[in-house]
Amino acid sequence: MASGIRDKVAILGMGCSKFGERWDMGAEELMVEAYLEAAKDAGVDTSQIQAAWFSTHIDEIGVGKGGTPLSVALRLPNVAVTRVENFCAGGSEAFRGAVYAVASGAYDIALALGVEKLKDTGYGGLPTGQPGTLLPQWGANGSAPGNFAQLASAYRAKHGVSKQDLKRAIAHVSVKSHANGTKNPKAHLQKAITEEMALNAPMIAEPLGLFDCCGVSDGAAAAIVTTPEIAKAMGKKDIITVKALQLALSNGLESMHNSWDGSYFHTARIASKKAYDEAGIKNPRDEVSMMEVHDCFSITELVTMEDLFISREGEAWKDVMDGFYDADGKVPCQIDGGLKCFGHPIGASGLRMLYEMYLQLQGRAGARQLKNPRIGLTHNLGGAPSMNVCSVAIIGAHGA
Amino acid sequence: MTQTVGITAFGAYLPRLRLQRKAMAAANAWANPSIVAQSKGERTMANWDEDAVTMAVEAARDALPQSADPIKSRAFVDALYFASTTMPFADRQNAGIVASALTLSEDIHTADITGSQRAGVSALIAGAEAVKSGSAKAALVASGDRRKTRAGAVQEFQYGDGAAAFVFGSENVAAKLIGTNSVSVDFIDHFRGESEEFDYNWEERWIRDEGFTKIAPKAIKGLLNKTGIAGSAIDHFILPCLFARIDQQIAKMCDIDPSKVRDNLGATVGECGTAHALLMLAQALEDAKPGQKILVASFGQGCDAALFEVTSAIDKVRPHRGVKGWLARRKEETNYIKWLAFNGLIELEKGMRAEKDNKTALSVTYRKRDMLFGLVGGKCEKCGTAQFPRTRICVNPNCRAVDEQTPFSFAELPGKILSWSADYLTYSQDPPSHYGMVTFEEGGRFLSDITDVDVGTVDTGTKVRMAFRIKDFDDRRGFRRYFWKAVPAS
Repeated sequence: MASGIRDKVAILGMGCSKFGERWDMGAEELMVEAYLEAAKDAGVDTSQIQAAWFSTHIDEIGVGKGGTPLSVALRLPNVAVTRVENFCAGGSEAFRGAVYAVASGAYDIALALGVEKLKDTGYGGLPTGQPGTLLPQWGANGSAPGNFAQLASAYRAKHGVSKQDLKRAIAHVSVKSHANGTKNPKAHLQKAITEEMALNAPMIAEPLGLFDCCGVSDGAAAAIVTTPEIAKAMGKKDIITVKALQLALSNGLESMHNSWDGSYFHTARIASKKAYDEAGIKNPRDEVSMMEVHDCFSITELVTMEDLFISREGEAWKDVMDGFYDADGKVPCQIDGGLKCFGHPIGASGLRMLYEMYLQLQGRAGARQLKNPRIGLTHNLGGAPSMNVCSVAIIGAHGA
Repeated sequence: MTQTVGITAFGAYLPRLRLQRKAMAAANAWANPSIVAQSKGERTMANWDEDAVTMAVEAARDALPQSADPIKSRAFVDALYFASTTMPFADRQNAGIVASALTLSEDIHTADITGSQRAGVSALIAGAEAVKSGSAKAALVASGDRRKTRAGAVQEFQYGDGAAAFVFGSENVAAKLIGTNSVSVDFIDHFRGESEEFDYNWEERWIRDEGFTKIAPKAIKGLLNKTGIAGSAIDHFILPCLFARIDQQIAKMCDIDPSKVRDNLGATVGECGTAHALLMLAQALEDAKPGQKILVASFGQGCDAALFEVTSAIDKVRPHRGVKGWLARRKEETNYIKWLAFNGLIELEKGMRAEKDNKTALSVTYRKRDMLFGLVGGKCEKCGTAQFPRTRICVNPNCRAVDEQTPFSFAELPGKILSWSADYLTYSQDPPSHYGMVTFEEGGRFLSDITDVDVGTVDTGTKVRMAFRIKDFDDRRGFRRYFWKAVPAS
């Protein structure tokens, strides 16, 4: 019987580059920026890295294919580098690879690094195009915001929420993240916005306006992992360990079977349940101290609060309006600004979320430090509501 | 004993948009003040994703029996003639696209008929002849046209976009074919050379006096003589003609009562090229009573004419919507720039998102042809779940049967919008791009483009019908893809 990952692996060090429009840097420089911070934090030398997992999504405008871009950028000592890609959840995937490698006993110290250099496309937003040779011949002519906006119409219909109420609730989601972003010097967007601004912003994909969409950013994030025993032996205190790592993938049900109503993430409900089991969490609304979720769009964050079983179904919009997820709320969410303001360099985002949880758990989050967080959850999504990859990871103090 | 051959079903299609000629004139009068004389009425305007093929498919659907299972209900069709002078492909049979979209049997004769404005009536004759000769039991004839003119041309005001379709057979004939007659003369009123985008037109007065009023009567009189029917016996006279009152004058020349001349739909539709005579014939059949005689003629490097007699079966073959129904489904368009953009007459800024390469893997297109052209998915024979696309393993989580799915068409099933968005970010020829999850009561769903739609009119629960449309263009290679989209049902 599998015993899960709980407390088997410790985070030795983490690093994250400044996110944003890094006109002065390419992917290689961003990788080095994140890695140097992580290596310093871990107290390891590159020669100690025994294997690496490398996440990047769009190879056409980024680093190309394969694992060599990481190996070359960091001058790794000819160790195994595995490139992973799982839509926008690639960063979490890289972390899983490194964590399982250490847990298996095959390696003592492993690196996970994610990077994306997006601001070389010549336009705002994510690059276009549908993969493969069949999908372009029949897939709807959509974009990421339009695909995620589908949630809003289905959520309104299912729960009888008016257009105005839902629009205000998702506006609050973004207002909160912008407020948090002002306290994060590494964030892409560090300016506060008002509800008025969010409500009146240009429409991107009905009902999502400009401020309902996350930033498209350049950036990199990294984690160096080992066993708790080695971490202790290296003199580490306040050791943060992995409590749960779950990944659930759509199998075509949402996009092809009428049992899904379009208002929630089927995968997130499965992944989060498994993650709570793995981490030994019985009542997430009380036990989770804080979260970084995949707020690619405000509506995604809102419905995710229900899919993670923090808000009751149909009531997330009320919790949002009550400030439950604000920095001073019961379960602060996107305390670093989230994808919305920290930014969304696709391949790095899953690791960036873990970076914030890690800093918070160690009390090193500066102006945005929360009081005594014990358990941090990250939710990293890739794809679209009707077909996606959902990662839920939980980390906390060793033994907690 | 001669076999009765004739029309057993008919249908039509008109695009939803109606470009107001007043708006066209207002945009062009600065350069051509006399164009204000063309300000009256409106013309049909194809959406950006419609062409001769897609419109012909709609007209054929209008004509063919309404059935949830088109694969079965259309299996009786064993020939297809498609007429147009604006076929999207110069070399790739366009009739084949129409046939695939209709999920007709692959074991049938299909042909494109083109090259002249009378190609529509030529196709009618070909369809009737095929049945008469016994080479086909049921011949589908469809014609669609989306004629292109330069911006501001008088023809831009006069033309319309549309399609019509007929089924010829020998059982339950609603309009018996009495006879046909043709005159072939290389009278060059206009021409479009190979690789040319636009027609080159000669002087109207010459066309009228030397062409229309001499060639058309010859064909029509010939038909009346041949069939032994007096002109005075004609109840509906159809001759698409852009010259005022010339159709009446020609009727008179042929002893036909000028009051029997059918309205040419100039005020509401405009002349739809090869499809126009057929469109007028469809409309005449909508009004016709048993025993009435209909003469349809079409001019173009000669003239084709055909004579029909309506039978008592006419009441059983009314089209689903017909010209009347499609005329009523109407949205006024006053944006002339939009017209120019939809017809490639102006180079609008599209943004970098439009640069994506739309190269098509033709081997995939072929492998998945019933899915892509016919909207054919699968139905699991074990659990009964309909699903799109058809796959090897059933999507029903409680079934998962392997290799149990049989072809199942979604094309004629009513759908409903579950979720939607209007997307201003993605490139669209008609922004915002509407799309949403369309679900079918029988089971099955997919994220579908939504077309013929206005901002603010779509919501969860909106009922839709599926329509065969252009998916996108590959301008680099001169290719276009087709697929099905949802259209609000009302």
